[in-house]
Amino acid sequence: MSVLVFIEADNGVVKKSSLEAVAYGSKVGAVTVVAMGSIEASELAKVGNYGAEKVLHCSDDRLNDGVISATAKLIAEAVGQSGAETVVMSRSSLVDAVAARVAIKIGASVVTNVQDLPDTSNGFVVKRGVFTGKAFAFVSVPDGKKVITVTKNVVQLEPTSSEAAIEEISVAFDDADFGVKRIGVHKQEGDILLPEADLVVSAGRGMKGPENWQMIEDLATTLGAATACSKPVSDMDWRPHHEHVGQTGIKVAPQLYIAVGISGAIQHLAGVNSSKVIVAINKDPEAPFFKAADYGVVGDAFEVVPKLIEAIKK
Amino acid sequence: MKILVCISHVPDTTTKIKFVDNKLDTNGVQFIIGPYDDFALARAVELKEASGGTVTVLNVGTVDTEPSIRKALAIGADNAVRVDAEPTDSLFVAKQIVAHAASENYDMILMGRESSDFNSGLVHGLVGELLGWPSIAPAMKLDVDGSTAKLSREIEGGHEDVEVQLPFVAGCQEPIAEWKIPNMRGIMMARKKPLEVVEAVAVEGVTAYQSFELPEEKGECKMVDADQMDELVGLLKNEARVL
Ligand SMILES: Cc1cc2nc3c(=O)[nH]c(=O)nc-3n(C[C@H](O)[C@H](O)[C@H](O)COP(=O)(O)OP(=O)(O)OC[C@H]3O[C@@H](n4cnc5c(N)ncnc54)[C@H](O)[C@@H]3O)c2cc1C
Repeated sequence: MSVLVFIEADNGVVKKSSLEAVAYGSKVGAVTVVAMGSIEASELAKVGNYGAEKVLHCSDDRLNDGVISATAKLIAEAVGQSGAETVVMSRSSLVDAVAARVAIKIGASVVTNVQDLPDTSNGFVVKRGVFTGKAFAFVSVPDGKKVITVTKNVVQLEPTSSEAAIEEISVAFDDADFGVKRIGVHKQEGDILLPEADLVVSAGRGMKGPENWQMIEDLATTLGAATACSKPVSDMDWRPHHEHVGQTGIKVAPQLYIAVGISGAIQHLAGVNSSKVIVAINKDPEAPFFKAADYGVVGDAFEVVPKLIEAIKK
Repeated sequence: MKILVCISHVPDTTTKIKFVDNKLDTNGVQFIIGPYDDFALARAVELKEASGGTVTVLNVGTVDTEPSIRKALAIGADNAVRVDAEPTDSLFVAKQIVAHAASENYDMILMGRESSDFNSGLVHGLVGELLGWPSIAPAMKLDVDGSTAKLSREIEGGHEDVEVQLPFVAGCQEPIAEWKIPNMRGIMMARKKPLEVVEAVAVEGVTAYQSFELPEEKGECKMVDADQMDELVGLLKNEARVL
């Protein structure tokens, strides 16, 4: 089976989640990668380490803005050129918005939020998350073209030294493809992006106020972690909205999620229950988070967190 | 302004999910308007209140979903359409919306970024592509000035502001508007508002939900004394191997 994998870069570096998509694709078939915008050839060639044979690169810098329609058109064009039957992408704010449009353009079935490799022993069946992390479903996809978006940590990365050949792909965009115009971008620079992070330190209303977040940031810096928060914290503007995790916020799947002063309401857990290991720090021994956590500390965050920082530094 | 808001009818957020015969066990489950759809509806009603027009709500569902549709009418939608079918997948739902919207000249179609039952997050993009309209998701802000709309879309680590000409489709999330709670007057008025029931169009090539599985039960949470943070770090390094 021939597979096309769409990859994204952040600050010129191919995202780890995109490399996971390449590795996923290479377990399904022969992989061609499609990439867009300004990105170094050396960085592109590296996708070969994860099983890709070829990269189709559209260097049109209008694509640096991550325009939904134009990105969908590029991917559809790359499907045509590569003859791919299956398109694989790793979930992201752009991919989530693009996948449906690609599916219609190429006449494919589309399944999002895929959590495992497909079972092809009898058709094509994938496992996906449903009911906001409270269950999984096995979905059979009809014969023909397919688009699937995969979540983080679905495959293990085992790089080789192979490199991929790079070809330029040009696409005849028209004005309608850029009908959604970016007029401003507000992005935290230099930080570890929350959806990509392997380690996350998150805090809730137990922190009492935004002035107490320095401690949480210190813990995150010590670990090299991203910071996150519960919904009331972003509702009260203690922290920006893009840090809020949960059912109505970002869904994360890090190796380690440390929750400080968060009760562990079901809506919060919905965004974090795919984490590999959860540590809950809460002064209330009855806090529901202890039922979802692997490790728990009952204590006052204002005393526990500084001690934890010291212990990590040792 | 003529706005279509598409709503899903989903189990209440706190529902314990169980399955019987490979379907959701709806016994004792309370159903609500999809939480993200509620944000879309609230913003649509605000836009109508500010500059006139109509808000139509559409749901693809069996007669069981009518309480959710009535609630949307009570919140401020003017009329409603129910496409009489059990939704099978996102493509099925999108094609029903398109079949309705194709002849209605809407200025925008709003819905939640995803439904909180199947969480596919596809319907806005499918509808946009099928109608040849731009689609924007997840939309956190929406203002309209004449034929131009300004939206803010969540991206990793922040958000971007975009501008688009009407018509367009948006998949919404907070903080686009405050959820609205129907008042008594709204509830009384909703009873008299038109709710049209239409037949579904046939859709080919849908995916099939074969079976469901619940996540593995979590093991016991290992408690560490608040004075023993060295021990916690040791466990994270050597036992959990995440540091
Ligand atoms: C439809 C819907 C969707 C929702 N979506 C989300 C979502 O996406 N994400 C989300 O987070 N929430 C969501 N919520 C809200 C959710 O139900 C909870 O209200 C929220 O998660 C609670 O946040 P919290 O734990 O920070 O605050 P609280 O519930 O106030 O809990 C604070 C915790 O801090 C502890 N604490 C206090 N002081 C200290 C201290 N000094 N040291 C240690 N611990 C301390 C307390 O014991 C308590 O457990 C949603 C709700 C609804 C209805």
